[in-house]
Amino acid sequence: MNADLELFIRQLINGLNTGSIYALIAIGYTMVYGIIKLINFAHGEIMMFGAYFAFLFATTIPTDLPFLVIVIMAMVLAALMGVATEKIAYKRLRTAPRISALITAIGMSLFLQNLALLIFKPQPKVMPELISKKAIIIFGIGVPQITLYTIGISILMMIILSIFIKKTKAGKAMRAVSQDKDAAMLMGINVDGIISLTFAIGSALGALGGVFYSIAYTQVYPTMGVMPGLKAFIAAVFGGIGNVGGAMLGGYVIGIIETMTKGYISSRWADALVFGILILVLLFKPSGILGKNVKEKV
Amino acid sequence: MKKLLLIILTLSFTLLLSACNGVDDTVRLGTIGPLTGDYSMYGVSVKNGAQLAVDELNEAGGILGKTVELISYDSKGDPTEGVNAYNRLRDEDEIHALIGGTFSGVTLAIKELAVEDNMPVLTPTATHPDVTLDADNVFRACYTDSYQGKVAAIFVDETIEAENVAVLYNRDDAYSEGLALAFIEEFESRGTVVETLTFGAQDDDYSSLLTVIQASSAEAVFLPGYVAEVGAILTQAAAAGMEIPFIGGDGWDSIEVDYADVADGDYFGNHYAKTDEAEIVQNFVTNYIEEFGSSPTALAALAYDAVYAMANAMEDAGSLDADAIIAALKDLDMTEAVTGSIKFDENGDPIKSITMIQIIDGEHVVVDKVEGN
Repeated sequence: MNADLELFIRQLINGLNTGSIYALIAIGYTMVYGIIKLINFAHGEIMMFGAYFAFLFATTIPTDLPFLVIVIMAMVLAALMGVATEKIAYKRLRTAPRISALITAIGMSLFLQNLALLIFKPQPKVMPELISKKAIIIFGIGVPQITLYTIGISILMMIILSIFIKKTKAGKAMRAVSQDKDAAMLMGINVDGIISLTFAIGSALGALGGVFYSIAYTQVYPTMGVMPGLKAFIAAVFGGIGNVGGAMLGGYVIGIIETMTKGYISSRWADALVFGILILVLLFKPSGILGKNVKEKV
Repeated sequence: MKKLLLIILTLSFTLLLSACNGVDDTVRLGTIGPLTGDYSMYGVSVKNGAQLAVDELNEAGGILGKTVELISYDSKGDPTEGVNAYNRLRDEDEIHALIGGTFSGVTLAIKELAVEDNMPVLTPTATHPDVTLDADNVFRACYTDSYQGKVAAIFVDETIEAENVAVLYNRDDAYSEGLALAFIEEFESRGTVVETLTFGAQDDDYSSLLTVIQASSAEAVFLPGYVAEVGAILTQAAAAGMEIPFIGGDGWDSIEVDYADVADGDYFGNHYAKTDEAEIVQNFVTNYIEEFGSSPTALAALAYDAVYAMANAMEDAGSLDADAIIAALKDLDMTEAVTGSIKFDENGDPIKSITMIQIIDGEHVVVDKVEGN
């Protein structure tokens, strides 16, 4: 294969890997915003705790648990954590001015970061190789197994989520609550339950992203959720905040742009370009690429 | 009347207390380094190495017949905290000399104050060139970043025999950048630097950068940095199937603790090798393991040597007066030290060779001792 083409495909795969993780985290932001109009700044920390949970299961339990078990347990714990933060910090502020909830979210984010610092100490810990990083040769190009798992499982999860939102009753209820909370309540939908479900799903996916992130990039540390959380938030806004499909699209676009910039222009420019794109999108299409005006969410 | 009495009592009490300080019955040395945080391994090493030397000196009768006291403060690797620590050491603890800071960034922040105070400073580990520049009272026990980078280039050219090299460094860190630029400057007269790439302090994903290096004609990669980021990069490089050797600087020390398998076969330059057979090295290693339970890093060795150098200078000067100590340091010729000999040039930098180490099966294997001049 032509060397330039091979390089391009490799970088594209890197971009899809990063993009998958950003997409998983972005879904959490967008779902929560869609349902209660809150930017949950603590979401990056849920991602970080998801990674730590997986780390703990993989290192402290004496028997060798299969990857799937570890991941599911981490996702469940993160879901519980997400539901807990909602009940403790956000529920009572549902009727308060938006700014109060926003500040609470920022406070929650800082609280969780420092909690992790206290419990786990600041030194980065090495994540065990739950999925091998060895490469599988596809069409002459070596792709690390972890990358295949990340992209594959992420896309699978997104498909499952889309089916869930479109076809199940709970999914319908979620769409109803995000369209009009009061009307949904009048229709007999348990709004509190639906909101908790939203947080649970978003947090679980965020934790999954965190696990993939820490395996691929080697380390878990208390502030690891800050940058990916920020970039995933940008991805969600880029794709249309509140729109799940938009979050997925946004995640991949941001991931690929970041990787391509690092690979072809200069890594110094990667962050500047990503944030610059956000500003451009908001200037010209404030509702994001897939915007809120599209009726069908996914 | 009552108020006046109260004021008089308070003032005289304060005067009484202040007279309790500043009695020179002990020799007080200060150290500053990151004792907590991401980089605590470095600060704790320095503190332990210095403590070992201080304990040995006290057993042998102290310096100038007085007991030696070591006071250590935590800089957390941050220049502002470092400056606070220095002020405390100078004002509250009234140290006679400073064995610090540990990090170049922190030491540079303290330097101006130390010059103003004419405080004898012997940093064991700050490698940035500016640390000793235009500062008569500031010395260092370690070689500089520019020297390290240069020697690494010589090593890569003459021992590893690579003609095309990639350089990957942390643009947010003065240490990493300093070594990288010095390396590039020296290597360009010997071979070609095919790629020069940077990453930031916040980065976790190095895949796109490693992919670029893989696609280039680089036969080796110069990667100056600290263990946290180097470990992550080497792990991702191994996952990408990269087989070319990586070479680093003294920041790599202890990489074998968590990352032995991915660092296997790679090289780094260090101040000493614990497998070096010289008697003074082996004694130091044995005593350190006995007192602290772990094997000493190069930073501990440098701190140990720095304390001895300061002790020798104080004995030579015959006094604890700052000017006398500084003059004695200038003339110091310590031939027996764990990290080689210690003799300072007119800048305050030591003249010594660099031990190039290869990591094999989690052990440091001495490959060569390279001089840069």
